[in-house]
Amino acid sequence: MRHLLSTADLAKDEAIELLDTAAQMAATQSREIKKLPTLRGRTVVNLFFEDSTRTRISFETAAKRLSADVINFSAKGSSVSKGESLKDTALTLHAMGADAVVVRHWASGAPYQLAHAGWLDAAVLNAGDGTHMHPTQALLDAYTIRRHLGGHGGGLRRGGDDGVGADLAGVKVAIVGDVLHSRVARANVWLLRTLGAEVTLVSPPTLLPVGVESWPCRTSYDLDATLADWQPDAVMMLRVQRERMSGGAGAFFPSPLEYTRYFGLDGRRLALLPAHSIVMHPGPMNRGLEISAEAADSDRAVIVEQVANGVAVRMASLYLLLSGTASSAAVPASLPAPVSSTTEGTAL
Amino acid sequence: MTTTTYVLRGARPLGGEPADVVLADGVITQVAAPGAVDVPAGDDVVEIAADGHVLLPGLVDLHTHLREPGREDAETVASGTRAAAVGGFTAVHAMANTSPVADTAGVVEQVWRLGQEAGWVDVHPVGAVTVGLGGERLAELGAMADSAARVRVFSDDGKCVHDPILMRRALEYVKAFDGVVAQHAQEPRLTEGAQMNEGVVSAEIGLAGWPAVAEEAIIARDVLLAEHVGSRLHVCHLSTAGSVEIVRWAKGRGIDVTAEVTPHHLILTDELARTYDPTYKVNPPLRTAEDVEAVRQGLADGTIDIVATDHAPHTREDKDCEWGAAAFGMTGLETALAVVQQTMVDTGRLSWADVARVLSTNPARIGRVADHGRPVEVGEPANLTLVDPAASRTVDGAAQATASGNTPFAGRELPGRVVATFLRGRATVLDGAPVEPAAAPAAQRGGAR
Repeated sequence: MRHLLSTADLAKDEAIELLDTAAQMAATQSREIKKLPTLRGRTVVNLFFEDSTRTRISFETAAKRLSADVINFSAKGSSVSKGESLKDTALTLHAMGADAVVVRHWASGAPYQLAHAGWLDAAVLNAGDGTHMHPTQALLDAYTIRRHLGGHGGGLRRGGDDGVGADLAGVKVAIVGDVLHSRVARANVWLLRTLGAEVTLVSPPTLLPVGVESWPCRTSYDLDATLADWQPDAVMMLRVQRERMSGGAGAFFPSPLEYTRYFGLDGRRLALLPAHSIVMHPGPMNRGLEISAEAADSDRAVIVEQVANGVAVRMASLYLLLSGTASSAAVPASLPAPVSSTTEGTAL
Repeated sequence: MTTTTYVLRGARPLGGEPADVVLADGVITQVAAPGAVDVPAGDDVVEIAADGHVLLPGLVDLHTHLREPGREDAETVASGTRAAAVGGFTAVHAMANTSPVADTAGVVEQVWRLGQEAGWVDVHPVGAVTVGLGGERLAELGAMADSAARVRVFSDDGKCVHDPILMRRALEYVKAFDGVVAQHAQEPRLTEGAQMNEGVVSAEIGLAGWPAVAEEAIIARDVLLAEHVGSRLHVCHLSTAGSVEIVRWAKGRGIDVTAEVTPHHLILTDELARTYDPTYKVNPPLRTAEDVEAVRQGLADGTIDIVATDHAPHTREDKDCEWGAAAFGMTGLETALAVVQQTMVDTGRLSWADVARVLSTNPARIGRVADHGRPVEVGEPANLTLVDPAASRTVDGAAQATASGNTPFAGRELPGRVVATFLRGRATVLDGAPVEPAAAPAAQRGGAR
């Protein structure tokens, strides 16, 4: 794996390797000293052309726990806002010797261009591009689902602790909300399919893209029917952007109240789900719009755990991209001991 | 004034039987069986071995962006018309979306004069339909028609004349001087922020969609308007199967509508957007394989009257960036004939006589250009293009004559080669290379290269 740009081009064994590595990373995070020496001396640049404090902090935490040097490059406070091109930014990072570039961009495809235009030779990690992809979000979602439900379709959890080694065969996931503009939905549809899960997208017709019929999933306009009849194992609520409701004639639905009435997850709808089902949200939530406080705070909600898993998944992604172990090389059986005054450990 | 006499030996007029063709004093003076022409050798006689080459009337482009005045960093009249000559053209229509916009007699006369000075092809400026392409009130169409540029084609290309009453007025008004409105059919509200064809690929790669219906709805409205007021209408660069059907229906009904397709819509599809390479970003966008087949069929059966390049040069700065930030457009003058040969001639769907029709005769007729698109016969103006259909080449953007490198065909092998182009008997291209006009110092100005 040279770059992590899209879940659509992740093979199943690569995806499982990422999840299994994340499980190993997560295990180290319960230690008293969380920092690993693995990427000491390597430079990771967080290149953010769009504000996202949560994602940036998650990547920064992941890189620092692996002892990488982290540089945060925000478009707002840099020459980008004065008109510097993506190309010049890339050439600058190349000249500075970045080993990995974590890029968040408003333009779909910008990470793909960074990886393929020949401007820099660093590993490129897509941290969300336009309305295209958000691969680490999908990986952390899959990781979270596997921890709770791995192998549920067969009635038994397969694999080792936390589902290690297993795929998501037979797991049913409903993704609810603004699919049209959602990179989270796109990233999840392809990754979940690759892992063997079944996906139903639930959305008002205005927020499903023309062309969705070619996606490897089902679609529905009816949340109640999907929850009651299809009995999903996981329900993933998407954030509704405020600007989708404005715009007069171009608004995607009549009012926030109507949206909540048909597509909001509340206590009543929660009760339609099987007992083992989990509730997910990529954050930040609009409480009272796509998800009620009762649903968000219920014991089925794994939303805070998703955030913690995000750090482990991003550690795994950086590790696999930068340690040079492609999927051909096995992940080491055990990760090096935490950094301490006596044991430096050997960088992998 | 003495001019060089050219003897084209063994050329095939419109792809027919070989003949020797003599050009002298700006006109075709002899067309005879090979070996039968009689021209005394002399210093001012040039013989060209044209065995197997196809002789066409000089190509006429109804849709060229020359960018001058305003964006001389992308193209000038001199560099763009030189590229046109290399591509086999003898006349081009320069679109109005310059800066300032070609919406007054002054600007269209400037462009016309720059074309005259450059001397590569005849430049016929297109006048804007509305002031500043603003879509709010008519520009002084009569003044442009009466100017030295004799404008007959009016277009807000790049923008659509979407207000129905304004479109009706424009269609009616240009009847006074036999003009035509060339519509860029794009419903603006349906295409806000649009980046590529809306469909399977856009859904997957997350670029905002430009739906076929936004083109088709405007074409449907406009043909009905043209019928109602008895005007002629030209549809620019139609790109969808539905558009072809609507134009076919309108023609069947007797509506005076003509339509064009670009070379790129004859061959490229929206699958190319998966590369996120803005070279493939164009307006209207590249469509699906089904649409490509439909426009080929429409061109073959005469529903689509012409091929026009929509040559749209852009600087590297405007293309070397994110797809969403990049400019729409691709160059086309130097690859148009080759794409038509590959998609239509080599597939047996058009003859070379048909190529002369769609790339010369019809565009000249639509643009009311009297001395182009004429038969290859004695006494006709010597505006001609000599093509070697057996040759082939690999396209290199940097090696093209246009000042911009945004060709979508870079690295592709395309058939055919323009061997020579003649403008009123003077060679603008010989052996595939441009021949600098002798008495046109102004051709060196600006960004010519």
